[in-house]
Amino acid sequence: MAMFSFLDRERTIAHPGYNRWRIPTAALAIHLAIGQAYAFSVFNLPLSKQEGWKLSTIGWVFSIAIVFLGVSAALFGKWLERVGPRRAMFAAACCFSGGFLVGALGIRTHSFPLLLAGYGVLGGFGLGIGYISPVSTLIKWFPDRPGMATGMAIMGFGGGAMIASPLSVGLMNHFRTATSQGVAPTFVSLAILYFIFMMFGVFTVRLPREGWQPAGWTAPLTPPKLVTTANVEVNEAMRTPQFWLVWWVLCLNVTAGIGVIGQASPMIQEIFFKGNRPAAAAGFVALLSLANMTGRFGWASLSDVIGRKATYTTFFVLGMALYAFVPHTGQLQSVLLFVIAFVIILSMYGGGFSTVPAYLKDLFGTMQVGAIHGRLLTAWSAAGIFGPVLVNYIREYEIDHGVPKADAYSVTMYLMACLLLVGLICNLLVRPVDPKHYFTGEIEPDGRSAHPPLGGAIPGGVNA
Amino acid sequence: MPDVTPRPTDAEASGEAAKLWLSWLWVGIPGLWGVYHVVVDALKIFK
Repeated sequence: MAMFSFLDRERTIAHPGYNRWRIPTAALAIHLAIGQAYAFSVFNLPLSKQEGWKLSTIGWVFSIAIVFLGVSAALFGKWLERVGPRRAMFAAACCFSGGFLVGALGIRTHSFPLLLAGYGVLGGFGLGIGYISPVSTLIKWFPDRPGMATGMAIMGFGGGAMIASPLSVGLMNHFRTATSQGVAPTFVSLAILYFIFMMFGVFTVRLPREGWQPAGWTAPLTPPKLVTTANVEVNEAMRTPQFWLVWWVLCLNVTAGIGVIGQASPMIQEIFFKGNRPAAAAGFVALLSLANMTGRFGWASLSDVIGRKATYTTFFVLGMALYAFVPHTGQLQSVLLFVIAFVIILSMYGGGFSTVPAYLKDLFGTMQVGAIHGRLLTAWSAAGIFGPVLVNYIREYEIDHGVPKADAYSVTMYLMACLLLVGLICNLLVRPVDPKHYFTGEIEPDGRSAHPPLGGAIPGGVNA
Repeated sequence: MPDVTPRPTDAEASGEAAKLWLSWLWVGIPGLWGVYHVVVDALKIFK
């Protein structure tokens, strides 16, 4: 439709002199908005009070949204590479805001399935498409610092909850009446605000011209061992052991992180505060979200210097040491050491998310890195189910068998350290991709594959 | 081959700089507002 021609890939090519540092702001506009998902829990109690739904039932809304984040990222990655980032960001804004509107209708009509379909399914599609929409564009604009660039965007996803949480609470206070908690009008307000906020990203995002490179930068003649100059098509990437090794690396890092995020607040209360300082425990959770956010930028930026494999090796080795150390902080009664350990752990949890797009770019090239990243995010969905189930089951088993509550955490921590050991082995097994998987067809000027792989000459290759 | 890519004029360059600032303000103000709230909450741990 001509009305939407402004979304076309061809209309997003940057003019000469376009400043590439505007691209991270477009990415942040999307990620800061969709990062709201992490703050959905602020609606749990008000919805429970207003509608009489159980908290465990309301918890499904967030879980379904995260599942559909993974599903849509996997399904729409190739479409995104074809249509470009602007159309994808627009679709993400429509789905995400539409999810709020349908969810508001669900609340007004007291229909939980409609809330689930709105925020969980439609909103989940917005999360998935929005999450992957700026990744390959950022990598194209920042070939010299791909980790830092994608880290900045994904930091936004971690930081979105920091904006959404006080904003949602403020709006609910504003709309609250004697008979309503004000959730439905808050959903409508958020739909409008986030749509406007995300449109800024839609109109700001640009693709670099063909052959564009940062001023004064040339690709290194001898790139590091794992960095390829070739490209691998998304379906072909899934046939490589490297894809599945990185899938497990992400899944295990996230599983361990989710496992401790859920435990962090009850742990500090039961081990150190004996349940007397809920405000301090809330402060601890806030500090962890800050560590999660800054870790996303810091670790991804560091990976540009030390390499992706070394970065993940650091996550797993340092993570194992810290997970094993945490139970001892209880014995030492040192809140400070406990907090420091958790801050580092959470920074590495965030860093795991933000470093992975650059890892994929190193292994599979830039041609379809957004689509490959989308497929890899199924690891996140899997971890979202696996992590809490594993942790809760073990904890309940321990307590049922007479282990004191404060001690039951130790077993969880040691188990998470074991998961990180498996992740470390997967990471150490990552080798350069076999050249037989390289894409050998023509690549169109916009970076898309024009023809399927034919075999034969390999354009570029890995510096093994 | 000489580089024939058109260079931006001074006016275009200053316009681009202004857009860059506005872009960072657009995401920076809400971002810092969120960080402020988290820092205030986080400080409660030491009280």
